[in-house]
Amino acid sequence: MKHLLRALLFFVLALVAWEALFRAKIWSPVLVPSPVSVGRYLYEAAVDGTLWDATLVTMRRLLLGYGFGIALGLPLGLLTARFRIMKDTLGLVALGLQTLPSVCWVPLALLWFGQSETAMFFVVVMGTLWSMIIATDNGVRNVPPIYARAARTMGSSGLQLWFRVMLPASLPYIVSGMKQGWAFAWRSLMAAEIYVTILSGFGLGNLLHYGRELNAMEQVIGIMFIIIVIGLLADKILFSPWEKFLHRRWGTAK
Amino acid sequence: MTLSTELQSETPSKLSVQRISKRYRSGGREVHALDDVSLEVGEGEFICLVGPSGCGKSTLLNIIAGLEFADDGRLFTAGAPITGPGRDRMVLFQEAALFPWLDVLDNVLFGLKLKPGLSRAERTEVAQFYLKLVGLEKFTKSYVHELSGGMKQRVALARALAPNPRVLLMDEPFAALDALTRQQLYGDLQDIWQQHRKTIVFVTHNVREAVCLGDRVALFSPHPGRIKEQFTITLPRRRDINSIELARYAIEITAALKGDVRPSDEYAI
Repeated sequence: MKHLLRALLFFVLALVAWEALFRAKIWSPVLVPSPVSVGRYLYEAAVDGTLWDATLVTMRRLLLGYGFGIALGLPLGLLTARFRIMKDTLGLVALGLQTLPSVCWVPLALLWFGQSETAMFFVVVMGTLWSMIIATDNGVRNVPPIYARAARTMGSSGLQLWFRVMLPASLPYIVSGMKQGWAFAWRSLMAAEIYVTILSGFGLGNLLHYGRELNAMEQVIGIMFIIIVIGLLADKILFSPWEKFLHRRWGTAK
Repeated sequence: MTLSTELQSETPSKLSVQRISKRYRSGGREVHALDDVSLEVGEGEFICLVGPSGCGKSTLLNIIAGLEFADDGRLFTAGAPITGPGRDRMVLFQEAALFPWLDVLDNVLFGLKLKPGLSRAERTEVAQFYLKLVGLEKFTKSYVHELSGGMKQRVALARALAPNPRVLLMDEPFAALDALTRQQLYGDLQDIWQQHRKTIVFVTHNVREAVCLGDRVALFSPHPGRIKEQFTITLPRRRDINSIELARYAIEITAALKGDVRPSDEYAI
Protein backbone atom coordinates (compact mmCIF):
# COMPACT_ATOMS: atom_id res chain seq x y z
CA MET A 1 0.00 0.00 0.00
CA LYS A 2 2.82 2.33 0.91
CA HIS A 3 4.56 1.53 -2.36
CA LEU A 4 1.40 2.15 -4.33
CA LEU A 5 0.86 5.54 -2.70
CA ARG A 6 4.42 6.52 -3.37
CA ALA A 7 4.16 5.55 -7.04
CA LEU A 8 0.84 7.38 -7.33
CA LEU A 9 2.27 10.52 -5.79
CA PHE A 10 5.22 10.40 -8.15
CA PHE A 11 3.04 10.21 -11.23
CA VAL A 12 0.69 12.95 -10.04
CA LEU A 13 3.71 15.21 -9.47
CA ALA A 14 5.06 14.34 -12.91
CA LEU A 15 1.75 15.30 -14.49
CA VAL A 16 1.66 18.56 -12.57
CA ALA A 17 5.20 19.38 -13.70
CA TRP A 18 4.21 18.58 -17.28
CA GLU A 19 1.17 20.87 -17.08
CA ALA A 20 3.35 23.59 -15.55
CA LEU A 21 5.83 23.30 -18.43
CA PHE A 22 2.97 23.60 -20.88
CA ARG A 23 1.64 26.73 -19.17
CA ALA A 24 5.08 28.32 -19.04
CA LYS A 25 4.83 28.48 -22.84
CA ILE A 26 8.52 27.89 -23.39
CA TRP A 27 7.78 25.65 -26.37
CA SER A 28 5.03 25.78 -28.93
CA PRO A 29 1.90 23.85 -27.80
CA VAL A 30 2.28 21.87 -31.04
CA LEU A 31 5.47 20.36 -29.65
CA VAL A 32 4.45 20.11 -26.01
CA PRO A 33 0.72 19.62 -25.64
CA SER A 34 -0.86 19.73 -22.22
CA PRO A 35 -1.61 16.48 -20.43
CA VAL A 36 -5.23 17.59 -20.40
CA SER A 37 -5.36 17.71 -24.20
CA VAL A 38 -3.76 14.24 -24.37
CA GLY A 39 -6.42 13.00 -21.96
CA ARG A 40 -9.13 14.69 -24.00
CA TYR A 41 -7.85 13.06 -27.19
CA LEU A 42 -7.84 9.64 -25.60
CA TYR A 43 -11.34 10.19 -24.22
CA GLU A 44 -12.71 11.31 -27.57
CA ALA A 45 -10.97 8.52 -29.46
CA ALA A 46 -12.38 6.04 -26.96
CA VAL A 47 -15.90 7.46 -27.28
CA ASP A 48 -15.96 7.53 -31.07
CA GLY A 49 -14.42 4.06 -31.18
CA THR A 50 -11.25 4.71 -33.19
CA LEU A 51 -9.06 3.79 -30.23
CA TRP A 52 -10.77 0.45 -29.61
CA ASP A 53 -10.83 -0.41 -33.29
CA ALA A 54 -7.14 0.35 -33.69
CA THR A 55 -6.24 -1.57 -30.52
CA LEU A 56 -8.27 -4.51 -31.72
CA VAL A 57 -6.65 -4.50 -35.15
CA THR A 58 -3.16 -4.30 -33.65
CA MET A 59 -3.79 -6.96 -31.01
CA ARG A 60 -5.30 -9.32 -33.55
CA ARG A 61 -2.25 -8.98 -35.78
CA LEU A 62 0.07 -9.40 -32.86
CA LEU A 63 -1.60 -12.39 -31.22
CA LEU A 64 -2.11 -14.23 -34.50
CA GLY A 65 1.50 -13.83 -35.55
CA TYR A 66 2.89 -14.36 -32.08
CA GLY A 67 0.78 -17.45 -31.42
CA PHE A 68 1.79 -18.94 -34.74
CA GLY A 69 5.46 -18.11 -34.16
CA ILE A 70 5.43 -19.78 -30.74
CA ALA A 71 3.49 -22.80 -31.96
CA LEU A 72 5.97 -23.30 -34.78
CA GLY A 73 9.13 -22.30 -32.93
CA LEU A 74 8.67 -24.64 -29.98
CA PRO A 75 8.59 -27.93 -31.93
CA LEU A 76 11.32 -26.70 -34.29
CA GLY A 77 13.49 -25.86 -31.27
CA LEU A 78 12.91 -29.35 -29.89
CA LEU A 79 13.95 -30.78 -33.25
CA THR A 80 17.17 -28.75 -33.42
CA ALA A 81 17.99 -29.89 -29.89
CA ARG A 82 17.27 -33.52 -30.70
CA PHE A 83 18.74 -34.01 -34.17
CA ARG A 84 22.24 -32.96 -35.09
CA ILE A 85 21.27 -32.43 -38.72
CA MET A 86 18.51 -30.00 -37.69
CA LYS A 87 20.98 -28.07 -35.56
CA ASP A 88 23.47 -27.85 -38.41
CA THR A 89 20.83 -26.55 -40.81
CA LEU A 90 17.78 -24.91 -39.28
CA GLY A 91 19.62 -24.10 -36.06
CA LEU A 92 22.22 -22.11 -37.96
CA VAL A 93 19.55 -20.26 -39.93
CA ALA A 94 17.70 -19.40 -36.71
CA LEU A 95 20.88 -18.17 -35.09
CA GLY A 96 21.59 -15.88 -38.03
CA LEU A 97 18.09 -14.57 -38.55
CA GLN A 98 17.60 -13.96 -34.84
CA THR A 99 20.24 -11.25 -35.02
CA LEU A 100 18.34 -9.51 -37.83
CA PRO A 101 16.10 -6.75 -36.41
CA SER A 102 12.67 -7.97 -37.46
CA VAL A 103 11.66 -4.63 -38.94
CA CYS A 104 14.13 -5.48 -41.70
CA TRP A 105 11.57 -8.01 -42.91
CA VAL A 106 9.06 -5.25 -43.75
CA PRO A 107 10.35 -4.35 -47.24
CA LEU A 108 10.50 -8.01 -48.21
CA ALA A 109 7.06 -8.70 -46.76
CA LEU A 110 5.59 -5.80 -48.77
CA LEU A 111 7.12 -7.06 -51.99
CA TRP A 112 5.96 -10.61 -51.41
CA PHE A 113 2.53 -10.04 -49.94
CA GLY A 114 1.66 -6.45 -50.88
CA GLN A 115 0.01 -4.10 -48.43
CA SER A 116 -1.98 -6.85 -46.77
CA GLU A 117 -2.64 -8.49 -43.44
CA THR A 118 -0.43 -11.35 -44.60
CA ALA A 119 2.53 -8.99 -44.75
CA MET A 120 1.90 -7.91 -41.15
CA PHE A 121 1.45 -11.52 -40.07
CA PHE A 122 4.70 -12.45 -41.75
CA VAL A 123 6.65 -9.67 -40.03
CA VAL A 124 5.32 -10.63 -36.59
CA VAL A 125 6.04 -14.33 -37.15
CA MET A 126 9.61 -13.50 -38.19
CA GLY A 127 9.97 -11.48 -34.99
CA THR A 128 8.84 -14.38 -32.82
CA LEU A 129 9.93 -17.56 -34.53
CA TRP A 130 13.72 -17.41 -34.43
CA SER A 131 14.13 -16.40 -30.83
CA MET A 132 11.62 -19.10 -29.86
CA ILE A 133 13.62 -21.76 -31.71
CA ILE A 134 16.87 -20.59 -30.11
CA ALA A 135 15.37 -20.42 -26.62
CA THR A 136 13.79 -23.88 -26.81
CA ASP A 137 16.95 -25.41 -28.22
CA ASN A 138 19.02 -23.73 -25.53
CA GLY A 139 16.55 -24.81 -22.83
CA VAL A 140 16.73 -28.47 -23.80
CA ARG A 141 20.52 -28.37 -23.96
CA ASN A 142 20.64 -26.97 -20.45
CA VAL A 143 18.48 -29.67 -18.88
CA PRO A 144 20.66 -31.48 -16.32
CA PRO A 145 21.44 -34.91 -17.87
CA ILE A 146 20.58 -36.53 -14.56
CA TYR A 147 16.87 -35.79 -15.14
CA ALA A 148 16.82 -37.84 -18.30
CA ARG A 149 18.83 -40.63 -16.67
CA ALA A 150 16.53 -40.77 -13.67
CA ALA A 151 13.47 -40.76 -15.94
CA ARG A 152 14.88 -43.55 -18.10
CA THR A 153 15.46 -45.81 -15.09
CA MET A 154 11.77 -45.33 -14.27
CA GLY A 155 10.79 -46.56 -17.71
CA SER A 156 10.46 -43.24 -19.52
CA SER A 157 11.60 -43.13 -23.13
CA GLY A 158 10.89 -41.63 -26.54
CA LEU A 159 8.12 -39.06 -26.76
CA GLN A 160 7.09 -39.62 -23.16
CA LEU A 161 10.58 -38.60 -22.06
CA TRP A 162 10.46 -35.52 -24.28
CA PHE A 163 7.05 -34.30 -23.24
CA ARG A 164 7.14 -35.24 -19.56
CA VAL A 165 10.77 -34.44 -18.76
CA MET A 166 12.75 -32.50 -21.36
CA LEU A 167 9.99 -30.03 -22.18
CA PRO A 168 8.97 -29.12 -18.61
CA ALA A 169 12.63 -29.06 -17.54
CA SER A 170 13.33 -26.47 -20.26
CA LEU A 171 10.43 -24.25 -19.18
CA PRO A 172 12.55 -21.50 -17.58
CA TYR A 173 14.35 -21.00 -20.89
CA ILE A 174 11.22 -21.36 -22.97
CA VAL A 175 9.36 -18.72 -20.99
CA SER A 176 12.19 -16.23 -21.30
CA GLY A 177 12.30 -17.03 -25.02
CA MET A 178 8.57 -16.36 -25.25
CA LYS A 179 9.12 -13.02 -23.54
CA GLN A 180 11.88 -12.09 -25.90
CA GLY A 181 9.78 -13.20 -28.87
CA TRP A 182 6.96 -11.02 -27.61
CA ALA A 183 9.22 -7.99 -27.35
CA PHE A 184 10.56 -8.54 -30.88
CA ALA A 185 7.09 -9.12 -32.33
CA TRP A 186 5.61 -6.07 -30.61
CA ARG A 187 8.40 -3.78 -31.77
CA SER A 188 8.40 -5.06 -35.33
CA LEU A 189 4.63 -4.75 -35.62
CA MET A 190 4.70 -1.15 -34.42
CA ALA A 191 7.46 -0.34 -36.87
CA ALA A 192 5.53 -2.00 -39.69
CA GLU A 193 2.30 -0.21 -38.84
CA ILE A 194 3.99 3.18 -38.73
CA TYR A 195 5.78 2.46 -41.96
CA VAL A 196 2.97 0.95 -44.02
CA THR A 197 -0.70 1.76 -44.39
CA ILE A 198 -2.81 -1.29 -44.77
CA LEU A 199 -6.35 -0.64 -45.84
CA SER A 200 -7.79 -3.73 -44.22
CA GLY A 201 -7.25 -2.27 -40.76
CA PHE A 202 -6.01 0.81 -38.99
CA GLY A 203 -3.76 -0.17 -36.12
CA LEU A 204 -2.23 1.82 -33.29
CA GLY A 205 0.91 2.38 -35.35
CA ASN A 206 -1.20 3.95 -38.09
CA LEU A 207 -2.84 6.28 -35.59
CA LEU A 208 0.58 7.29 -34.36
CA HIS A 209 1.72 7.94 -37.90
CA TYR A 210 -1.32 10.08 -38.76
CA GLY A 211 -0.92 11.98 -35.52
CA ARG A 212 2.42 13.15 -36.85
CA GLU A 213 1.04 13.95 -40.30
CA LEU A 214 -1.67 16.09 -38.74
CA ASN A 215 0.72 17.72 -36.31
CA ALA A 216 -1.55 16.38 -33.57
CA MET A 217 1.01 15.88 -30.82
CA GLU A 218 -1.65 14.96 -28.27
CA GLN A 219 -2.60 12.03 -30.51
CA VAL A 220 1.03 10.92 -30.85
CA ILE A 221 1.60 11.00 -27.11
CA GLY A 222 -1.81 9.48 -26.34
CA ILE A 223 -1.14 6.51 -28.63
CA MET A 224 2.35 6.07 -27.21
CA PHE A 225 0.72 5.88 -23.80
CA ILE A 226 -1.68 3.18 -25.00
CA ILE A 227 1.22 1.22 -26.50
CA ILE A 228 3.01 1.31 -23.15
CA VAL A 229 -0.12 0.17 -21.32
CA ILE A 230 -0.56 -2.78 -23.68
CA GLY A 231 3.08 -3.75 -23.14
CA LEU A 232 2.62 -3.67 -19.38
CA LEU A 233 -0.65 -5.61 -19.52
CA ALA A 234 0.92 -8.25 -21.74
CA ASP A 235 3.66 -8.68 -19.19
CA LYS A 236 1.16 -9.07 -16.36
CA ILE A 237 -1.39 -11.24 -18.14
CA LEU A 238 0.77 -13.31 -20.47
CA PHE A 239 4.00 -13.82 -18.57
CA SER A 240 3.47 -13.15 -14.88
CA PRO A 241 1.53 -16.38 -14.29
CA TRP A 242 4.30 -18.41 -15.93
CA GLU A 243 7.00 -16.65 -14.01
CA LYS A 244 5.15 -17.12 -10.74
CA PHE A 245 4.83 -20.80 -11.55
CA LEU A 246 8.56 -21.05 -12.25
CA HIS A 247 9.52 -19.14 -9.10
CA ARG A 248 7.29 -21.29 -6.94
CA ARG A 249 8.41 -24.62 -8.37
CA TRP A 250 12.08 -23.96 -9.04
CA GLY A 251 12.52 -21.77 -5.98
CA THR A 252 14.33 -19.10 -7.96
CA ALA A 253 14.50 -15.56 -6.64
CA LYS A 254 11.39 -13.40 -6.78
CA MET B 1 -2.93 -56.30 -10.03
CA THR B 2 -4.65 -55.26 -6.85
CA LEU B 3 -3.46 -52.70 -4.41
CA SER B 4 -2.66 -55.14 -1.64
CA THR B 5 -0.42 -57.26 -3.85
CA GLU B 6 1.14 -54.07 -5.20
CA LEU B 7 2.08 -52.93 -1.72
CA GLN B 8 3.62 -56.27 -0.90
CA SER B 9 7.25 -56.27 -1.79
CA GLU B 10 8.17 -57.94 -5.01
CA THR B 11 10.60 -60.75 -4.26
CA PRO B 12 14.17 -59.48 -4.56
CA SER B 13 16.03 -60.90 -7.51
CA LYS B 14 19.45 -62.37 -8.01
CA LEU B 15 21.97 -60.37 -9.93
CA SER B 16 24.69 -61.97 -11.98
CA VAL B 17 27.57 -60.03 -13.50
CA GLN B 18 29.72 -62.22 -15.72
CA ARG B 19 33.11 -61.14 -17.01
CA ILE B 20 32.22 -57.53 -17.75
CA SER B 21 34.74 -55.24 -19.44
CA LYS B 22 34.31 -51.60 -20.32
CA ARG B 23 36.67 -49.11 -21.95
CA TYR B 24 36.04 -45.54 -22.89
CA ARG B 25 38.02 -42.62 -24.20
CA SER B 26 38.49 -39.64 -21.97
CA GLY B 27 40.65 -36.66 -22.88
CA GLY B 28 42.33 -38.51 -25.74
CA ARG B 29 43.45 -41.49 -23.71
CA GLU B 30 41.76 -44.79 -23.19
CA VAL B 31 40.44 -45.59 -19.74
CA HIS B 32 40.00 -49.19 -18.81
CA ALA B 33 37.07 -48.69 -16.49
CA LEU B 34 36.23 -52.35 -15.90
CA ASP B 35 38.41 -55.36 -16.65
CA ASP B 36 36.83 -58.79 -16.55
CA VAL B 37 34.68 -58.13 -13.51
CA SER B 38 32.38 -60.86 -12.21
CA LEU B 39 30.00 -60.54 -9.30
CA GLU B 40 27.12 -62.58 -7.97
CA VAL B 41 24.61 -60.86 -5.73
CA GLY B 42 22.11 -63.03 -3.88
CA GLU B 43 18.38 -62.44 -3.56
CA GLY B 44 17.84 -59.67 -1.04
CA GLU B 45 21.53 -59.20 -0.41
CA PHE B 46 22.94 -55.79 0.42
CA ILE B 47 26.31 -55.41 -1.30
CA CYS B 48 28.54 -52.35 -1.16
CA LEU B 49 31.08 -51.52 -3.86
CA VAL B 50 33.97 -49.55 -2.45
CA GLY B 51 37.04 -48.08 -4.04
CA PRO B 52 38.91 -44.92 -4.93
CA SER B 53 37.58 -42.64 -7.64
CA GLY B 54 38.09 -43.99 -11.13
CA CYS B 55 37.91 -47.64 -10.10
CA GLY B 56 34.84 -48.33 -12.21
CA LYS B 57 32.35 -48.95 -9.41
CA SER B 58 29.92 -46.33 -10.69
CA THR B 59 30.38 -47.56 -14.24
CA LEU B 60 29.41 -51.04 -13.10
CA LEU B 61 26.31 -49.64 -11.39
CA ASN B 62 25.32 -47.77 -14.54
CA ILE B 63 25.76 -50.92 -16.60
CA ILE B 64 23.55 -52.88 -14.20
CA ALA B 65 21.02 -50.02 -14.42
CA GLY B 66 21.06 -50.34 -18.21
CA LEU B 67 22.18 -46.74 -18.66
CA GLU B 68 25.54 -47.80 -20.08
CA PHE B 69 26.62 -50.89 -21.92
CA ALA B 70 29.55 -53.21 -21.41
CA ASP B 71 32.00 -53.94 -24.22
CA ASP B 72 32.28 -57.57 -23.14
CA GLY B 73 30.55 -59.88 -20.73
CA ARG B 74 27.01 -60.67 -19.74
CA LEU B 75 24.57 -59.51 -17.09
CA PHE B 76 21.48 -61.21 -15.76
CA THR B 77 18.84 -60.27 -13.28
CA ALA B 78 16.58 -63.09 -12.14
CA GLY B 79 17.99 -65.14 -15.03
CA ALA B 80 17.04 -62.64 -17.75
CA PRO B 81 19.73 -60.66 -19.62
CA ILE B 82 19.88 -56.91 -19.01
CA THR B 83 19.41 -54.98 -22.25
CA GLY B 84 18.47 -51.52 -20.99
CA PRO B 85 16.82 -49.68 -18.11
CA GLY B 86 14.00 -51.57 -16.45
CA ARG B 87 11.44 -51.07 -13.73
CA ASP B 88 12.84 -54.08 -11.89
CA ARG B 89 16.02 -52.06 -11.19
CA MET B 90 15.58 -48.58 -9.74
CA VAL B 91 18.45 -46.16 -9.21
CA LEU B 92 19.25 -43.61 -6.54
CA PHE B 93 21.85 -41.07 -7.63
CA GLN B 94 24.12 -38.84 -5.61
CA GLU B 95 21.90 -35.94 -6.60
CA ALA B 96 18.27 -36.62 -5.76
CA ALA B 97 17.39 -35.75 -9.39
CA LEU B 98 13.84 -34.85 -8.39
CA PHE B 99 11.86 -32.88 -10.95
CA PRO B 100 11.34 -29.27 -9.82
CA TRP B 101 8.18 -28.80 -11.92
CA LEU B 102 6.41 -31.51 -9.90
CA ASP B 103 5.50 -31.50 -6.23
CA VAL B 104 6.71 -34.28 -3.93
CA LEU B 105 3.72 -36.56 -4.53
CA ASP B 106 3.87 -36.14 -8.31
CA ASN B 107 7.58 -36.91 -8.24
CA VAL B 108 6.86 -40.24 -6.54
CA LEU B 109 3.99 -40.82 -8.98
CA PHE B 110 6.23 -40.29 -12.00
CA GLY B 111 7.50 -43.86 -12.16
CA LEU B 112 4.16 -45.31 -11.07
CA LYS B 113 2.37 -43.65 -13.97
CA LEU B 114 4.63 -45.57 -16.32
CA LYS B 115 3.65 -48.83 -14.71
CA PRO B 116 0.63 -50.41 -16.32
CA GLY B 117 -2.34 -51.87 -14.46
CA LEU B 118 -2.83 -49.33 -11.68
CA SER B 119 -5.76 -46.94 -11.39
CA ARG B 120 -5.24 -43.32 -10.48
CA ALA B 121 -6.46 -43.83 -6.93
CA GLU B 122 -4.26 -46.88 -6.46
CA ARG B 123 -1.19 -45.05 -7.70
CA THR B 124 -1.80 -42.22 -5.26
CA GLU B 125 -2.23 -44.70 -2.44
CA VAL B 126 1.01 -46.49 -3.32
CA ALA B 127 2.88 -43.17 -3.51
CA GLN B 128 1.53 -42.07 -0.16
CA PHE B 129 2.44 -45.41 1.36
CA TYR B 130 6.10 -44.99 0.37
CA LEU B 131 6.22 -41.35 1.36
CA LYS B 132 5.03 -42.46 4.78
CA LEU B 133 7.68 -45.15 4.83
CA VAL B 134 10.41 -42.53 4.41
CA GLY B 135 8.71 -40.25 6.94
CA LEU B 136 7.55 -37.52 4.57
CA GLU B 137 3.80 -38.10 4.48
CA LYS B 138 3.25 -34.49 5.59
CA PHE B 139 5.20 -33.06 2.66
CA THR B 140 3.25 -34.46 -0.29
CA LYS B 141 2.36 -31.02 -1.61
CA SER B 142 5.79 -29.44 -1.04
CA TYR B 143 7.98 -28.36 -3.90
CA VAL B 144 11.44 -29.80 -4.35
CA HIS B 145 13.36 -26.63 -3.50
CA GLU B 146 11.57 -26.39 -0.17
CA LEU B 147 13.15 -29.64 1.03
CA SER B 148 16.52 -30.13 2.70
CA GLY B 149 19.15 -32.34 1.08
CA GLY B 150 18.24 -35.30 3.32
CA MET B 151 14.53 -34.90 2.61
CA LYS B 152 15.22 -34.79 -1.11
CA GLN B 153 17.06 -38.12 -0.91
CA ARG B 154 14.15 -39.55 1.09
CA VAL B 155 11.75 -38.52 -1.66
CA ALA B 156 14.13 -40.00 -4.23
CA LEU B 157 14.14 -43.23 -2.19
CA ALA B 158 10.32 -43.27 -2.09
CA ARG B 159 10.25 -42.60 -5.82
CA ALA B 160 12.64 -45.51 -6.45
CA LEU B 161 10.73 -47.90 -4.16
CA ALA B 162 7.25 -47.00 -5.40
CA PRO B 163 7.28 -49.00 -8.66
CA ASN B 164 8.27 -51.98 -6.50
CA PRO B 165 11.62 -52.89 -8.06
CA ARG B 166 13.42 -56.12 -7.23
CA VAL B 167 16.84 -54.48 -7.25
CA LEU B 168 17.81 -51.09 -5.86
CA LEU B 169 20.98 -49.47 -7.21
CA MET B 170 22.44 -46.67 -5.12
CA ASP B 171 25.28 -44.47 -6.39
CA GLU B 172 26.78 -42.59 -3.42
CA PRO B 173 23.31 -41.37 -2.46
CA PHE B 174 24.37 -39.85 0.86
CA ALA B 175 27.74 -38.38 -0.17
CA ALA B 176 26.46 -34.80 -0.40
CA LEU B 177 24.66 -34.82 2.97
CA ASP B 178 25.87 -33.64 6.35
CA ALA B 179 27.05 -36.26 8.85
CA LEU B 180 24.01 -36.18 11.14
CA THR B 181 21.51 -36.50 8.31
CA ARG B 182 23.59 -39.30 6.89
CA GLN B 183 23.59 -41.25 10.15
CA GLN B 184 19.83 -40.93 10.37
CA LEU B 185 19.50 -42.26 6.84
CA TYR B 186 21.81 -45.24 7.55
CA GLY B 187 19.38 -46.32 10.24
CA ASP B 188 16.27 -45.70 8.16
CA LEU B 189 17.67 -47.42 5.10
CA GLN B 190 18.49 -50.53 7.14
CA ASP B 191 14.98 -50.57 8.61
CA ILE B 192 13.32 -50.15 5.24
CA TRP B 193 15.50 -52.82 3.69
CA GLN B 194 14.60 -55.28 6.44
CA GLN B 195 10.87 -54.63 6.06
CA HIS B 196 10.83 -54.48 2.25
CA ARG B 197 13.61 -56.75 1.17
CA LYS B 198 15.34 -55.66 -2.05
CA THR B 199 18.61 -56.68 -3.57
CA ILE B 200 20.73 -53.58 -3.05
CA VAL B 201 23.95 -52.59 -4.81
CA PHE B 202 25.39 -49.58 -3.04
CA VAL B 203 28.37 -47.65 -4.42
CA THR B 204 30.43 -45.54 -2.03
CA HIS B 205 33.96 -44.40 -1.37
CA ASN B 206 33.26 -44.30 2.34
CA VAL B 207 34.48 -47.53 3.95
CA ARG B 208 32.60 -47.06 7.20
CA GLU B 209 29.39 -46.45 5.32
CA ALA B 210 29.93 -49.64 3.38
CA VAL B 211 30.57 -51.68 6.53
CA CYS B 212 27.56 -50.14 8.23
CA LEU B 213 25.17 -51.03 5.42
CA GLY B 214 26.49 -54.04 3.54
CA ASP B 215 26.19 -57.78 4.05
CA ARG B 216 29.22 -57.86 1.84
CA VAL B 217 31.77 -55.28 0.77
CA ALA B 218 33.49 -55.63 -2.61
CA LEU B 219 36.71 -53.68 -2.82
CA PHE B 220 37.60 -52.26 -6.23
CA SER B 221 41.05 -51.31 -7.45
CA PRO B 222 41.56 -48.86 -10.30
CA HIS B 223 43.41 -48.79 -13.65
CA PRO B 224 42.04 -51.16 -14.78
CA GLY B 225 38.93 -51.46 -12.62
CA ARG B 226 38.80 -54.84 -10.92
CA ILE B 227 37.35 -56.38 -7.80
CA LYS B 228 40.35 -56.80 -5.57
CA GLU B 229 38.92 -58.38 -2.47
CA GLN B 230 35.59 -59.12 -0.86
CA PHE B 231 34.64 -58.98 2.79
CA THR B 232 31.59 -60.50 4.44
CA ILE B 233 30.28 -58.34 7.25
CA THR B 234 28.68 -60.43 9.96
CA LEU B 235 27.80 -57.67 12.41
CA PRO B 236 24.23 -57.85 13.74
CA ARG B 237 21.66 -55.37 12.44
CA ARG B 238 20.69 -52.62 12.93
CA ARG B 239 24.25 -51.37 12.82
CA ASP B 240 25.50 -48.14 14.31
CA ILE B 241 28.11 -46.34 12.21
CA ASN B 242 29.89 -45.24 15.41
CA SER B 243 30.31 -48.69 16.96
CA ILE B 244 33.76 -50.00 17.71
CA GLU B 245 33.20 -53.42 16.07
CA LEU B 246 32.27 -51.62 12.90
CA ALA B 247 35.41 -49.51 13.09
CA ARG B 248 37.54 -52.69 13.29
CA TYR B 249 36.13 -53.93 9.99
CA ALA B 250 36.61 -50.50 8.47
CA ILE B 251 40.25 -50.40 9.51
CA GLU B 252 40.89 -53.82 8.00
CA ILE B 253 39.27 -52.88 4.70
CA THR B 254 40.96 -49.50 4.60
CA ALA B 255 44.32 -51.22 5.02
CA ALA B 256 43.53 -53.42 2.02
CA LEU B 257 42.46 -50.32 0.10
CA LYS B 258 45.60 -48.35 0.92
CA GLY B 259 47.75 -50.05 -1.69
CA ASP B 260 45.67 -48.56 -4.49
CA VAL B 261 45.16 -45.07 -3.28
CA ARG B 262 47.24 -42.35 -4.82
CA PRO B 263 47.62 -39.14 -2.85
CA SER B 264 45.25 -37.38 -5.24
CA ASP B 265 42.37 -39.74 -4.50
CA GLU B 266 40.09 -38.82 -1.72
CA TYR B 267 38.36 -41.35 0.41
CA ALA B 268 37.01 -41.44 3.90
CA ILE B 269 37.34 -44.04 6.59
